[in-house]
Amino acid sequence: MFVLSPSQPVTLATPRPVAALSAILLGFTLLLVVGFAPLAEIHNATHDTRHATGFPCH
Amino acid sequence: MFKHMVFSSALSGIAAALLLSVLQMFWVTPLILQAERYEVAAEAFAHEHTADAHTHDAAPWQPEDGWQRTVSTISSNALMAIAFALMLTGAYALRKPSGILHGLAWGLAGYTVIFAAPSLGLPPDLPGTSTAAVLSRQGWWLATALATAFGLGLLLLQTRWSLRLLGALAIITPHLLGAPQPEIVTSLAPEALQTQFRWASTLTNGAFWTVLGMLSAITFNRTPNQP
Repeated sequence: MFVLSPSQPVTLATPRPVAALSAILLGFTLLLVVGFAPLAEIHNATHDTRHATGFPCH
Repeated sequence: MFKHMVFSSALSGIAAALLLSVLQMFWVTPLILQAERYEVAAEAFAHEHTADAHTHDAAPWQPEDGWQRTVSTISSNALMAIAFALMLTGAYALRKPSGILHGLAWGLAGYTVIFAAPSLGLPPDLPGTSTAAVLSRQGWWLATALATAFGLGLLLLQTRWSLRLLGALAIITPHLLGAPQPEIVTSLAPEALQTQFRWASTLTNGAFWTVLGMLSAITFNRTPNQP
């Protein structure tokens, strides 16, 4: 019979370089969506942001 | 660690995006709207002079002028600022900023990578400006930003001269190759409006990155970091 003991919590701390790379990749993906996604609806919603930031638009 | 990074990026990103949105509302967006009036007028003129029997395809959704458009732009600004903050924070996780001045330096580096370097070849333009195909410009823009980030990293964070030289080369190469340009340059908006727009976007983005750099370093250092 299994007994689950709550005495030893396992902490899975992300190693620093992995966390850093994940944050950079997440940021870059988000940037591609806001600034570069070709879908017309996304383009229209982000239009003014793209122009004002100097992302290529149209 | 990762959760802490996302939380601190969201905080600093949203705060900097609000500042950017206010600056844009008063200075940049009015210029875009003014340029669109020239665009709409030119389209109306073209319609009058083409065959009258034509059908309109269903246009994709776009925010209506007014609050819908403002909310769309503020949300896009916030997402974009969080994206930048995440990338800065990724750098902070590897090199902890000692304080606000380090944050400022990272912010200026971000401004160089995202705004200054790409706009040397592809300056921010108003709606209605003739340009090369959008895909080729996006490609050049991304390649330039990546090369500048890589180059600045080598130039400022390395001590060996050969690596620094490689960094400098990475920074100038996209400009030697040149940005894709249209065959004929035309602009519906008058030249004065373009100049005003370039100044407005240069200064508002500068203010934005200055604030984002400092805030992101503060939030990274001050928010509690629990694994």
